[in-house]
Amino acid sequence: MNTTLFIVIVVVVTALMFDFTNGFHDSANAMATSVATGALKPRTAVLLAAVLNVGGAFLSTEVAKTISGGLVNESLVTPSMVFGGLVGAILWNLVTWLYGLPSSSSHALFGGLIGAVLVGAGTAGVNFSVVVSKILLPALVAPLVAGIAAGLATALAYRITGNQNKRTRRNFKYGQAVTGSLVALAHGTSDGQKTMGVITLVLITANYQGAGSAPQAWVILTAGLAIGLGTYSGGWRIMRTLGKGLADIEPAQGFAANASSTATILASSHLGFGLSTTHVCSGSVLGSGVGRIGGTVRWGTAGRMGLAWLLTLPAAAVVGGLAAWVAIAGPVGVGVVLALLTVGSGAIWLVSRKTVVDRHNVNEMPEVEVLGEYRTKKQRKQALRDKQQRALTEHGGPE
Amino acid sequence: MKIDFSALGLVSVVSMMATVFVVGVAAIGIRAFDAAAEHAKLGRPAGVQRALAWSCITIAGLAVLYGIYLIVPAFH
Repeated sequence: MNTTLFIVIVVVVTALMFDFTNGFHDSANAMATSVATGALKPRTAVLLAAVLNVGGAFLSTEVAKTISGGLVNESLVTPSMVFGGLVGAILWNLVTWLYGLPSSSSHALFGGLIGAVLVGAGTAGVNFSVVVSKILLPALVAPLVAGIAAGLATALAYRITGNQNKRTRRNFKYGQAVTGSLVALAHGTSDGQKTMGVITLVLITANYQGAGSAPQAWVILTAGLAIGLGTYSGGWRIMRTLGKGLADIEPAQGFAANASSTATILASSHLGFGLSTTHVCSGSVLGSGVGRIGGTVRWGTAGRMGLAWLLTLPAAAVVGGLAAWVAIAGPVGVGVVLALLTVGSGAIWLVSRKTVVDRHNVNEMPEVEVLGEYRTKKQRKQALRDKQQRALTEHGGPE
Repeated sequence: MKIDFSALGLVSVVSMMATVFVVGVAAIGIRAFDAAAEHAKLGRPAGVQRALAWSCITIAGLAVLYGIYLIVPAFH
Protein backbone atom coordinates (compact mmCIF):
# COMPACT_ATOMS: atom_id res chain seq x y z
CA MET A 1 0.00 0.00 0.00
CA ASN A 2 1.48 3.36 -0.95
CA THR A 3 1.59 6.40 1.30
CA THR A 4 -1.12 8.44 -0.43
CA LEU A 5 -3.62 5.61 -0.29
CA PHE A 6 -2.88 5.11 3.41
CA ILE A 7 -3.47 8.79 4.21
CA VAL A 8 -6.62 8.90 2.09
CA ILE A 9 -8.07 5.87 3.89
CA VAL A 10 -7.25 7.44 7.27
CA VAL A 11 -8.86 10.73 6.26
CA VAL A 12 -12.00 8.98 5.02
CA VAL A 13 -12.33 7.05 8.29
CA THR A 14 -11.80 10.16 10.45
CA ALA A 15 -14.22 12.13 8.27
CA LEU A 16 -16.86 9.46 8.93
CA MET A 17 -16.05 9.60 12.65
CA PHE A 18 -16.52 13.36 12.57
CA ASP A 19 -19.84 12.84 10.77
CA PHE A 20 -20.95 10.51 13.56
CA THR A 21 -20.10 13.11 16.25
CA ASN A 22 -21.84 15.74 14.14
CA GLY A 23 -24.97 13.57 14.21
CA PHE A 24 -25.14 13.02 17.96
CA HIS A 25 -24.10 16.59 18.69
CA ASP A 26 -26.93 17.97 16.61
CA SER A 27 -29.80 15.53 17.15
CA ALA A 28 -30.59 17.64 20.22
CA ASN A 29 -31.18 20.69 18.03
CA ALA A 30 -34.19 19.13 16.37
CA MET A 31 -35.57 16.98 19.15
CA ALA A 32 -34.56 18.39 22.57
CA THR A 33 -37.75 20.38 23.20
CA SER A 34 -39.99 17.55 21.95
CA VAL A 35 -38.27 15.10 24.28
CA ALA A 36 -38.45 17.57 27.18
CA THR A 37 -42.20 18.18 26.89
CA GLY A 38 -43.02 14.58 26.08
CA ALA A 39 -44.31 15.45 22.59
CA LEU A 40 -42.26 12.50 21.38
CA LYS A 41 -40.92 9.54 23.31
CA PRO A 42 -37.11 9.76 23.48
CA ARG A 43 -36.52 6.72 21.30
CA THR A 44 -39.14 7.78 18.74
CA ALA A 45 -37.61 11.25 18.63
CA VAL A 46 -34.07 10.11 17.82
CA LEU A 47 -35.30 7.49 15.36
CA LEU A 48 -37.36 10.14 13.55
CA ALA A 49 -34.45 12.59 13.60
CA ALA A 50 -32.08 9.91 12.28
CA VAL A 51 -34.39 8.90 9.42
CA LEU A 52 -34.96 12.54 8.46
CA ASN A 53 -31.24 13.30 8.67
CA VAL A 54 -30.32 10.40 6.41
CA GLY A 55 -33.21 11.26 4.10
CA GLY A 56 -32.03 14.86 3.99
CA ALA A 57 -28.47 13.76 3.25
CA PHE A 58 -29.65 11.67 0.28
CA LEU A 59 -32.08 14.33 -0.94
CA SER A 60 -29.56 17.09 -1.25
CA THR A 61 -28.10 17.01 -4.72
CA GLU A 62 -25.71 19.88 -4.30
CA VAL A 63 -22.70 18.71 -2.37
CA ALA A 64 -20.50 21.28 -0.65
CA LYS A 65 -17.88 22.35 -3.17
CA THR A 66 -15.55 23.70 -0.51
CA ILE A 67 -14.61 22.32 2.89
CA SER A 68 -14.38 25.67 4.56
CA GLY A 69 -16.37 28.16 2.49
CA GLY A 70 -13.34 30.36 1.84
CA LEU A 71 -11.98 30.39 5.40
CA VAL A 72 -8.73 28.80 4.32
CA ASN A 73 -6.96 28.87 0.99
CA GLU A 74 -7.87 25.40 -0.22
CA SER A 75 -5.22 25.21 -2.92
CA LEU A 76 -2.68 24.94 -0.07
CA VAL A 77 -4.58 22.25 1.82
CA THR A 78 -3.16 18.71 1.83
CA PRO A 79 -4.90 15.52 3.05
CA SER A 80 -2.69 15.57 6.19
CA MET A 81 -4.03 19.04 7.08
CA VAL A 82 -7.62 17.90 6.54
CA PHE A 83 -6.84 14.97 8.82
CA GLY A 84 -5.44 17.30 11.51
CA GLY A 85 -8.48 19.54 11.24
CA LEU A 86 -10.84 16.58 11.60
CA VAL A 87 -8.99 15.36 14.70
CA GLY A 88 -9.34 18.80 16.32
CA ALA A 89 -13.05 18.92 15.47
CA ILE A 90 -13.78 15.39 16.74
CA LEU A 91 -12.03 15.92 20.08
CA TRP A 92 -13.72 19.30 20.68
CA ASN A 93 -17.11 17.78 19.81
CA LEU A 94 -16.49 14.98 22.32
CA VAL A 95 -15.37 17.34 25.11
CA THR A 96 -18.42 19.60 24.69
CA TRP A 97 -20.65 16.53 24.54
CA LEU A 98 -19.14 15.28 27.82
CA TYR A 99 -20.14 18.56 29.46
CA GLY A 100 -23.51 18.50 27.70
CA LEU A 101 -22.84 21.77 25.91
CA PRO A 102 -24.46 22.48 22.55
CA SER A 103 -21.73 23.85 20.28
CA SER A 104 -21.44 24.15 16.53
CA SER A 105 -19.90 21.15 14.74
CA SER A 106 -19.16 23.31 11.71
CA HIS A 107 -17.24 25.80 13.83
CA ALA A 108 -15.25 22.93 15.33
CA LEU A 109 -14.40 21.70 11.82
CA PHE A 110 -13.47 25.20 10.64
CA GLY A 111 -11.36 25.75 13.76
CA GLY A 112 -9.53 22.46 13.31
CA LEU A 113 -8.84 23.26 9.66
CA ILE A 114 -7.63 26.78 10.47
CA GLY A 115 -5.18 25.42 13.04
CA ALA A 116 -3.96 22.72 10.67
CA VAL A 117 -3.52 25.16 7.79
CA LEU A 118 -1.72 27.71 10.00
CA VAL A 119 0.79 25.03 10.95
CA GLY A 120 1.05 23.51 7.48
CA ALA A 121 0.96 26.60 5.25
CA GLY A 122 1.41 29.65 7.51
CA THR A 123 -0.80 32.71 7.95
CA ALA A 124 -1.14 33.13 4.18
CA GLY A 125 -3.40 30.07 4.16
CA VAL A 126 -6.11 31.61 6.36
CA ASN A 127 -8.48 34.44 5.40
CA PHE A 128 -8.96 36.17 8.74
CA SER A 129 -11.57 38.66 7.52
CA VAL A 130 -13.75 35.72 6.46
CA VAL A 131 -13.34 34.31 9.99
CA VAL A 132 -14.96 37.47 11.35
CA SER A 133 -17.72 37.76 8.75
CA LYS A 134 -18.60 34.06 8.55
CA ILE A 135 -17.89 32.83 12.09
CA LEU A 136 -17.85 35.52 14.76
CA LEU A 137 -20.64 37.77 13.54
CA PRO A 138 -23.13 34.95 12.72
CA ALA A 139 -22.42 33.41 16.14
CA LEU A 140 -23.67 36.64 17.72
CA VAL A 141 -26.53 37.18 15.30
CA ALA A 142 -28.00 33.65 15.19
CA PRO A 143 -29.12 33.33 18.82
CA LEU A 144 -30.35 36.94 18.83
CA VAL A 145 -32.53 36.61 15.73
CA ALA A 146 -33.86 33.16 16.62
CA GLY A 147 -34.27 34.16 20.26
CA ILE A 148 -36.26 37.30 19.54
CA ALA A 149 -38.45 35.44 17.03
CA ALA A 150 -39.11 32.63 19.52
CA GLY A 151 -39.72 35.08 22.36
CA LEU A 152 -42.27 37.11 20.41
CA ALA A 153 -43.99 33.97 19.13
CA THR A 154 -44.13 32.47 22.63
CA ALA A 155 -45.65 35.62 24.10
CA LEU A 156 -48.20 35.69 21.26
CA ALA A 157 -49.09 32.01 21.65
CA TYR A 158 -49.78 32.44 25.38
CA ARG A 159 -51.72 35.63 24.73
CA ILE A 160 -53.96 33.82 22.23
CA THR A 161 -54.48 30.57 24.09
CA GLY A 162 -54.43 31.89 27.66
CA ASN A 163 -54.50 29.29 30.39
CA GLN A 164 -53.77 26.02 28.69
CA ASN A 165 -55.64 22.81 29.31
CA LYS A 166 -54.73 19.28 28.38
CA ARG A 167 -56.24 19.61 24.90
CA THR A 168 -54.33 22.75 23.89
CA ARG A 169 -51.11 21.31 25.28
CA ARG A 170 -51.60 18.15 23.24
CA ASN A 171 -52.18 20.16 20.08
CA PHE A 172 -49.08 22.26 20.69
CA LYS A 173 -47.15 19.01 21.07
CA TYR A 174 -48.29 17.92 17.59
CA GLY A 175 -47.05 21.22 16.20
CA GLN A 176 -43.79 20.78 18.08
CA ALA A 177 -43.18 17.34 16.59
CA VAL A 178 -43.83 18.63 13.05
CA THR A 179 -41.57 21.68 13.32
CA GLY A 180 -38.84 19.63 15.07
CA SER A 181 -38.93 17.20 12.14
CA LEU A 182 -38.40 20.09 9.73
CA VAL A 183 -35.28 21.11 11.67
CA ALA A 184 -33.97 17.53 11.39
CA LEU A 185 -34.63 17.40 7.65
CA ALA A 186 -32.97 20.77 7.04
CA HIS A 187 -30.00 19.64 9.13
CA GLY A 188 -29.59 16.49 7.01
CA THR A 189 -29.50 18.42 3.75
CA SER A 190 -26.84 20.83 5.03
CA ASP A 191 -24.60 18.82 7.36
CA GLY A 192 -24.97 15.43 5.68
CA GLN A 193 -23.32 16.78 2.57
CA LYS A 194 -20.50 18.50 4.44
CA THR A 195 -18.67 15.23 5.12
CA MET A 196 -19.35 14.06 1.58
CA GLY A 197 -17.67 17.27 0.43
CA VAL A 198 -14.63 16.67 2.65
CA ILE A 199 -14.16 13.07 1.47
CA THR A 200 -14.71 13.99 -2.18
CA LEU A 201 -12.18 16.84 -2.02
CA VAL A 202 -9.58 14.55 -0.47
CA LEU A 203 -10.19 11.93 -3.18
CA ILE A 204 -9.77 14.66 -5.80
CA THR A 205 -6.55 16.07 -4.32
CA ALA A 206 -5.12 12.54 -4.19
CA ASN A 207 -6.08 12.00 -7.85
CA TYR A 208 -8.46 9.14 -7.15
CA GLN A 209 -11.26 10.98 -8.88
CA GLY A 210 -11.51 13.75 -11.46
CA ALA A 211 -11.69 17.38 -10.41
CA GLY A 212 -15.22 18.76 -10.16
CA SER A 213 -16.84 15.31 -10.30
CA ALA A 214 -19.77 14.33 -8.11
CA PRO A 215 -19.29 12.26 -4.95
CA GLN A 216 -19.25 8.52 -5.48
CA ALA A 217 -22.16 6.39 -4.39
CA TRP A 218 -20.25 4.74 -1.52
CA VAL A 219 -19.32 8.18 -0.17
CA ILE A 220 -22.95 9.33 -0.14
CA LEU A 221 -24.04 6.06 1.45
CA THR A 222 -21.43 5.88 4.22
CA ALA A 223 -21.65 9.59 5.07
CA GLY A 224 -25.45 9.39 5.25
CA LEU A 225 -25.27 6.31 7.48
CA ALA A 226 -22.62 7.83 9.76
CA ILE A 227 -24.66 10.96 10.48
CA GLY A 228 -27.82 8.85 10.85
CA LEU A 229 -26.22 6.47 13.36
CA GLY A 230 -24.79 9.42 15.25
CA THR A 231 -28.22 11.04 15.42
CA TYR A 232 -29.87 7.81 16.54
CA SER A 233 -27.32 7.35 19.32
CA GLY A 234 -28.93 10.46 20.71
CA GLY A 235 -26.37 12.75 22.28
CA TRP A 236 -28.52 12.66 25.41
CA ARG A 237 -26.19 14.87 27.42
CA ILE A 238 -26.68 17.77 25.01
CA MET A 239 -30.37 16.91 24.68
CA ARG A 240 -30.74 17.36 28.44
CA THR A 241 -29.09 20.80 28.46
CA LEU A 242 -31.07 22.08 25.49
CA GLY A 243 -34.42 20.66 26.56
CA LYS A 244 -34.22 21.01 30.36
CA GLY A 245 -31.11 23.00 31.24
CA LEU A 246 -31.51 26.36 29.50
CA ALA A 247 -35.18 26.93 30.28
CA ASP A 248 -38.27 25.13 31.52
CA ILE A 249 -40.09 24.36 28.30
CA GLU A 250 -43.85 23.87 27.96
CA PRO A 251 -45.40 22.54 24.74
CA ALA A 252 -46.40 26.00 23.45
CA GLN A 253 -42.86 27.26 24.06
CA GLY A 254 -41.37 24.19 22.40
CA PHE A 255 -43.59 24.78 19.38
CA ALA A 256 -42.58 28.46 19.18
CA ALA A 257 -38.90 27.55 19.61
CA ASN A 258 -38.96 24.89 16.88
CA ALA A 259 -40.93 27.14 14.53
CA SER A 260 -38.38 29.90 15.08
CA SER A 261 -35.48 27.50 14.48
CA THR A 262 -37.04 26.25 11.24
CA ALA A 263 -37.84 29.74 9.96
CA THR A 264 -34.39 31.12 10.85
CA ILE A 265 -32.48 28.18 9.38
CA LEU A 266 -34.48 28.31 6.15
CA ALA A 267 -34.26 32.10 5.84
CA SER A 268 -30.52 32.08 6.50
CA SER A 269 -29.76 29.30 4.04
CA HIS A 270 -31.89 30.83 1.27
CA LEU A 271 -31.21 34.53 1.75
CA GLY A 272 -27.44 34.32 1.84
CA PHE A 273 -26.41 34.78 5.45
CA GLY A 274 -25.43 31.38 6.80
CA LEU A 275 -26.14 30.71 10.47
CA SER A 276 -25.18 27.69 12.57
CA THR A 277 -28.06 25.32 13.36
CA THR A 278 -26.82 24.87 16.92
CA HIS A 279 -26.66 28.60 17.61
CA VAL A 280 -30.11 29.13 16.11
CA CYS A 281 -31.72 26.32 18.11
CA SER A 282 -30.10 27.33 21.42
CA GLY A 283 -31.21 30.92 20.85
CA SER A 284 -34.77 29.77 20.13
CA VAL A 285 -34.95 27.81 23.37
CA LEU A 286 -33.65 30.76 25.40
CA GLY A 287 -36.05 33.12 23.64
CA SER A 288 -39.03 30.90 24.33
CA GLY A 289 -37.97 30.82 27.99
CA VAL A 290 -37.93 34.61 28.15
CA GLY A 291 -41.20 34.94 26.20
CA ARG A 292 -43.39 33.13 28.74
CA ILE A 293 -44.42 35.16 31.75
CA GLY A 294 -43.22 33.27 34.79
CA GLY A 295 -40.88 31.17 32.67
CA THR A 296 -37.50 30.10 34.04
CA VAL A 297 -34.26 30.73 32.19
CA ARG A 298 -30.99 29.42 33.60
CA TRP A 299 -28.57 32.11 32.54
CA GLY A 300 -25.66 30.33 34.23
CA THR A 301 -26.05 27.38 31.87
CA ALA A 302 -26.51 29.76 28.94
CA GLY A 303 -23.29 31.53 29.97
CA ARG A 304 -21.35 28.27 30.02
CA MET A 305 -22.73 27.48 26.59
CA GLY A 306 -21.66 30.91 25.31
CA LEU A 307 -18.17 30.31 26.67
CA ALA A 308 -18.04 27.00 24.81
CA TRP A 309 -19.02 28.83 21.60
CA LEU A 310 -16.18 31.31 22.09
CA LEU A 311 -13.70 28.51 22.76
CA THR A 312 -14.83 26.21 19.93
CA LEU A 313 -12.75 27.80 17.18
CA PRO A 314 -9.49 28.40 19.09
CA ALA A 315 -9.62 25.09 20.98
CA ALA A 316 -10.26 23.04 17.85
CA ALA A 317 -7.57 25.10 16.10
CA VAL A 318 -4.93 24.29 18.74
CA VAL A 319 -5.70 20.56 18.61
CA GLY A 320 -5.96 20.64 14.81
CA GLY A 321 -2.66 22.47 14.56
CA LEU A 322 -0.85 20.02 16.83
CA ALA A 323 -2.35 17.06 15.00
CA ALA A 324 -1.36 18.47 11.61
CA TRP A 325 2.17 19.25 12.87
CA VAL A 326 2.67 15.57 13.70
CA ALA A 327 0.72 14.20 10.73
CA ILE A 328 2.66 16.21 8.14
CA ALA A 329 5.81 14.31 9.13
CA GLY A 330 4.57 11.32 7.15
CA PRO A 331 2.67 8.05 7.51
CA VAL A 332 4.23 7.33 10.91
CA GLY A 333 3.03 10.73 12.17
CA VAL A 334 -0.46 10.04 10.82
CA GLY A 335 -0.44 6.70 12.61
CA VAL A 336 0.63 8.36 15.87
CA VAL A 337 -2.14 10.98 15.64
CA LEU A 338 -4.69 8.28 14.84
CA ALA A 339 -3.58 6.32 17.90
CA LEU A 340 -3.77 9.45 20.09
CA LEU A 341 -7.24 10.23 18.71
CA THR A 342 -8.42 6.73 19.60
CA VAL A 343 -6.98 6.95 23.11
CA GLY A 344 -8.40 10.46 23.65
CA SER A 345 -11.89 9.55 22.44
CA GLY A 346 -11.83 6.37 24.51
CA ALA A 347 -10.81 8.31 27.62
CA ILE A 348 -13.63 10.85 27.16
CA TRP A 349 -16.09 8.00 26.67
CA LEU A 350 -14.88 6.28 29.83
CA VAL A 351 -15.30 9.49 31.86
CA SER A 352 -18.82 9.87 30.42
CA ARG A 353 -19.72 6.39 31.74
CA LYS A 354 -19.36 7.68 35.29
CA THR A 355 -22.43 9.83 34.88
CA VAL A 356 -24.47 8.28 32.14
CA VAL A 357 -27.23 10.31 30.50
CA ASP A 358 -29.48 8.18 28.32
CA ARG A 359 -33.06 8.08 27.11
CA HIS A 360 -34.24 6.89 30.52
CA ASN A 361 -32.94 9.81 32.54
CA VAL A 362 -32.61 12.58 29.97
CA ASN A 363 -35.44 14.59 31.55
CA GLU A 364 -34.56 13.84 35.16
CA MET A 365 -32.69 17.04 35.93
CA PRO A 366 -31.36 20.14 34.18
CA GLU A 367 -27.64 19.61 34.81
CA VAL A 368 -25.14 17.27 33.22
CA GLU A 369 -22.69 16.11 35.85
CA VAL A 370 -19.28 15.11 34.64
CA LEU A 371 -17.47 13.60 37.61
CA GLY A 372 -20.18 12.22 39.87
CA GLU A 373 -20.55 9.12 41.89
CA TYR A 374 -20.09 6.04 39.77
CA ARG A 375 -23.24 3.99 39.33
CA THR A 376 -23.59 0.66 37.58
CA LYS A 377 -26.43 0.04 35.16
CA LYS A 378 -28.29 -1.88 37.87
CA GLN A 379 -27.94 0.98 40.36
CA ARG A 380 -29.16 3.50 37.77
CA LYS A 381 -32.25 1.40 37.09
CA GLN A 382 -32.90 1.08 40.80
CA ALA A 383 -32.59 4.85 41.24
CA LEU A 384 -35.09 5.35 38.43
CA ARG A 385 -37.56 2.92 40.05
CA ASP A 386 -37.15 4.70 43.39
CA LYS A 387 -37.86 7.99 41.73
CA GLN A 388 -41.00 6.69 40.02
CA GLN A 389 -42.16 5.21 43.29
CA ARG A 390 -41.64 8.56 45.03
CA ALA A 391 -43.54 10.36 42.29
CA LEU A 392 -46.45 7.93 42.72
CA THR A 393 -46.63 8.37 46.49
CA GLU A 394 -46.38 12.16 46.18
CA HIS A 395 -49.32 12.24 43.78
CA GLY A 396 -51.44 10.08 46.03
CA GLY A 397 -50.79 6.71 44.44
CA PRO A 398 -51.89 5.28 41.10
CA GLU A 399 -55.21 6.46 39.75
CA MET B 1 -13.81 42.75 5.25
CA LYS B 2 -17.20 42.57 3.60
CA ILE B 3 -20.27 42.02 5.72
CA ASP B 4 -23.53 41.73 3.88
CA PHE B 5 -25.68 43.80 6.20
CA SER B 6 -28.66 43.84 3.85
CA ALA B 7 -28.74 40.01 3.75
CA LEU B 8 -28.38 39.98 7.52
CA GLY B 9 -31.27 42.41 7.96
CA LEU B 10 -33.45 40.50 5.52
CA VAL B 11 -32.77 37.18 7.26
CA SER B 12 -33.64 38.73 10.64
CA VAL B 13 -36.90 40.32 9.49
CA VAL B 14 -38.08 37.29 7.50
CA SER B 15 -37.26 34.86 10.33
CA MET B 16 -39.16 36.89 12.90
CA MET B 17 -42.19 37.57 10.71
CA ALA B 18 -42.48 33.97 9.54
CA THR B 19 -42.17 32.60 13.08
CA VAL B 20 -44.70 34.98 14.60
CA PHE B 21 -47.12 34.40 11.71
CA VAL B 22 -47.01 30.59 11.81
CA VAL B 23 -47.11 30.34 15.59
CA GLY B 24 -49.87 32.96 15.80
CA VAL B 25 -52.07 31.24 13.22
CA ALA B 26 -51.50 27.82 14.78
CA ALA B 27 -52.29 29.22 18.23
CA ILE B 28 -55.57 30.69 16.96
CA GLY B 29 -56.39 27.30 15.44
CA ILE B 30 -55.59 25.50 18.68
CA ARG B 31 -57.68 27.97 20.67
CA ALA B 32 -60.55 27.51 18.23
CA PHE B 33 -60.36 23.72 18.54
CA ASP B 34 -60.60 24.14 22.28
CA ALA B 35 -63.58 26.49 21.97
CA ALA B 36 -65.28 24.04 19.59
CA ALA B 37 -64.82 21.20 22.06
CA GLU B 38 -66.18 23.30 24.94
CA HIS B 39 -69.23 24.30 22.88
CA ALA B 40 -69.87 20.72 21.83
CA LYS B 41 -69.67 19.60 25.44
CA LEU B 42 -72.35 22.14 26.40
CA GLY B 43 -74.52 21.05 23.47
CA ARG B 44 -74.11 24.37 21.63
CA PRO B 45 -73.33 24.56 17.89
CA ALA B 46 -69.57 24.56 17.26
CA GLY B 47 -69.45 24.75 13.46
CA VAL B 48 -67.95 28.25 13.26
CA GLN B 49 -65.17 27.45 15.72
CA ARG B 50 -64.41 24.19 13.99
CA ALA B 51 -64.25 25.86 10.58
CA LEU B 52 -61.94 28.58 11.93
CA ALA B 53 -59.73 25.96 13.58
CA TRP B 54 -59.37 23.90 10.42
CA SER B 55 -58.67 26.97 8.28
CA CYS B 56 -55.90 28.01 10.64
CA ILE B 57 -54.38 24.53 10.71
CA THR B 58 -54.56 24.42 6.91
CA ILE B 59 -52.66 27.71 6.65
CA ALA B 60 -50.04 26.51 9.13
CA GLY B 61 -49.84 23.22 7.23
CA LEU B 62 -49.24 25.10 3.97
CA ALA B 63 -46.40 26.96 5.68
CA VAL B 64 -44.91 23.59 6.66
CA LEU B 65 -45.24 22.34 3.07
CA TYR B 66 -43.50 25.50 1.87
CA GLY B 67 -40.74 24.74 4.38
CA ILE B 68 -40.32 21.23 2.94
CA TYR B 69 -40.29 22.74 -0.56
CA LEU B 70 -37.45 25.05 0.51
CA ILE B 71 -35.48 22.26 2.21
CA VAL B 72 -35.56 19.75 -0.65
CA PRO B 73 -33.39 21.04 -3.49
CA ALA B 74 -35.00 18.74 -6.06
CA PHE B 75 -38.19 20.84 -5.87
CA HIS B 76 -36.63 24.02 -7.17
